[in-house]
Amino acid sequence: MSGAATIRTRRICWPGKVTPLVLGAGILIAWLLVAIFAPLLAPYDPIYQDAAVRLQPPTWAHPLGTDNFGRDILSRVIWAARIDLQIAVFGVVFPFVIGTVAGSISGFFGGWVDTVFMRLIDVVLAFPFLVLMLAIITIIGPGLGSFYIAMALVGWVSYARLIRAQFLVLKNSDFAMAAVSLGYSNTRVMFRHIMPNAILSSVVFSMSDAVLVLLNGAAISYLGLGVQPPVAEWGVMIAEGQGFITTAWWITTFPGIAIVTLAMGFSLLADGLGEAFGVRE
Amino acid sequence: MSESILLDVRNLSVEFAMSRSRMGLGPRRSLSAVSDVSLCVAAGETIGLVGESGSGKSTFGRAILRLGELTKGQVFLDGQDMAQARGEDLARLRRETAMIFQDPFGSLNPRLTVRQAIGEVLHVHGKADADGARARITELLELVGLDAALMDRRPGDLSGGQCQRIGIARALAIEPRLIVADECVAALDVSIQGQIINLLMELGQRMHLGMIFIAHDLAMVRRLCDRIAVMYLGRIVEEGPTEEVFGDPRHPYTRSLIEAVPEIDPARGLPAAPLQGEPPSPVDLPKGCSFHPRCPLARSECSAILPPLVGARAHRAACILAPGGQLNKAGDNLPKTIPVTPTERTVKC
Repeated sequence: MSGAATIRTRRICWPGKVTPLVLGAGILIAWLLVAIFAPLLAPYDPIYQDAAVRLQPPTWAHPLGTDNFGRDILSRVIWAARIDLQIAVFGVVFPFVIGTVAGSISGFFGGWVDTVFMRLIDVVLAFPFLVLMLAIITIIGPGLGSFYIAMALVGWVSYARLIRAQFLVLKNSDFAMAAVSLGYSNTRVMFRHIMPNAILSSVVFSMSDAVLVLLNGAAISYLGLGVQPPVAEWGVMIAEGQGFITTAWWITTFPGIAIVTLAMGFSLLADGLGEAFGVRE
Repeated sequence: MSESILLDVRNLSVEFAMSRSRMGLGPRRSLSAVSDVSLCVAAGETIGLVGESGSGKSTFGRAILRLGELTKGQVFLDGQDMAQARGEDLARLRRETAMIFQDPFGSLNPRLTVRQAIGEVLHVHGKADADGARARITELLELVGLDAALMDRRPGDLSGGQCQRIGIARALAIEPRLIVADECVAALDVSIQGQIINLLMELGQRMHLGMIFIAHDLAMVRRLCDRIAVMYLGRIVEEGPTEEVFGDPRHPYTRSLIEAVPEIDPARGLPAAPLQGEPPSPVDLPKGCSFHPRCPLARSECSAILPPLVGARAHRAACILAPGGQLNKAGDNLPKTIPVTPTERTVKC
């Protein structure tokens, strides 16, 4: 890293106590509440088609308008929060767990174990991310389950590399050596001393990754391989509304805003956590 | 050395394999960090290991505790060779030895509180049960001069001196018989250095610990250590009781190190002939005595023979001009460092 990059200071003056951490967590909690209380919050059934109110702009009855099937956009955006939060969480958790295990084994033991994992990672990285995901989903068949499987198979490599790099550094740190000199077992050194320090940057990265996963999920659904219609999902909604973008802007705009706010929530949380842990991205 | 020998290191060598030059087609090379070092530590004895950076002091310290690689040699702990020990034998080595590190912050896990860090040692080695742990931690903290109120702090909340004391307390928690202190005060303020040195002296005496004190600060070593070993490029060049070595150094390298110790005495000037240049690369060691390219007393023989440690048992030096050396059977010490003429020097070296 160059000298200029290390002293880069990016300080935004947040009013009062509103730090990125608080703001990000606030946005995520708000979306979580929306998802949990979707049946109470949504004024209409998200998949009920009312031919009488097709393509209506925002009105008092339909605050965010209706789509070409007469479905209420507000209700669909609210219900979609359930699916999209699920995508963001599961799309991150599986790669995170697999990558952390693989990366820590690889970094701690080194030698041929490390070589095997690294070559495997090279193989995965040799293909463009989205192409590989599409291939996997096409083989297993479209649907959210396939999306998670594909995400886990492709996404673990970033976590594995991150954790491995941390392990390589921390393995040779004084405190790891101190732990060895105090007669601790390999398992103890690995899990109690190196892991808690190595995992921080992955936790921060997972928050930014959630944004990418969310957009990926939207992209996959947009291509018709993820969430299947008529289930409400932001990506699907944008896909369905794009034909009407010039005549009925509200169909695509509101799900888009929803994606942006959720992504911002994760992103701010990532920033805040990074600052709290002292991790530089 | 009437005391029982605790640690007996014989002919220890550490070599690191290096990648081949010329894109992997060059000769196989290795860096010899420590070559053929022997050293004894008795219980209750403090040995100072001094030398320039890169002389292999730390590598040696780590190798004898099996924290680093070890190519050749034996490390006897109570007569049992630990050099290739595994499993239960290695566990015994770990139980009886401890290390104190240079970086007071780096040697503590930043995520653990003081209580957790010390408590973990007690737990792993079964030194205290859950109830006794707190009392024992308090006792250990008091032993190193810390308030028990610091128990729930993390290293980030503590000063360097406090962290180093915690490192010492943690090392003492396993009740070791041998401690290797690797430059353990180099990162601290001078005033704190003195405190830590006093603490180590006191603890060493009270607990009858064998201690290897690795340092480059000679004044510190003189105050703390019973014996001293001077290392240069992976070899011990002089070894002996501290006052004898300081009063009557028998190796030109030791002499120039001692002359270079700064003192707060304006009357005493800077060393007349400070050591020139830097140590040669350990990858490509000079033939013969590895000090000869920098030695003010170098002779043509120096580049031909590798001098063994010679002299009376207690005080030995690896120089052909030292008493008992190949060119000095008379037993007088080294000739004075007389600036030889430049032509003479080039011929000799």
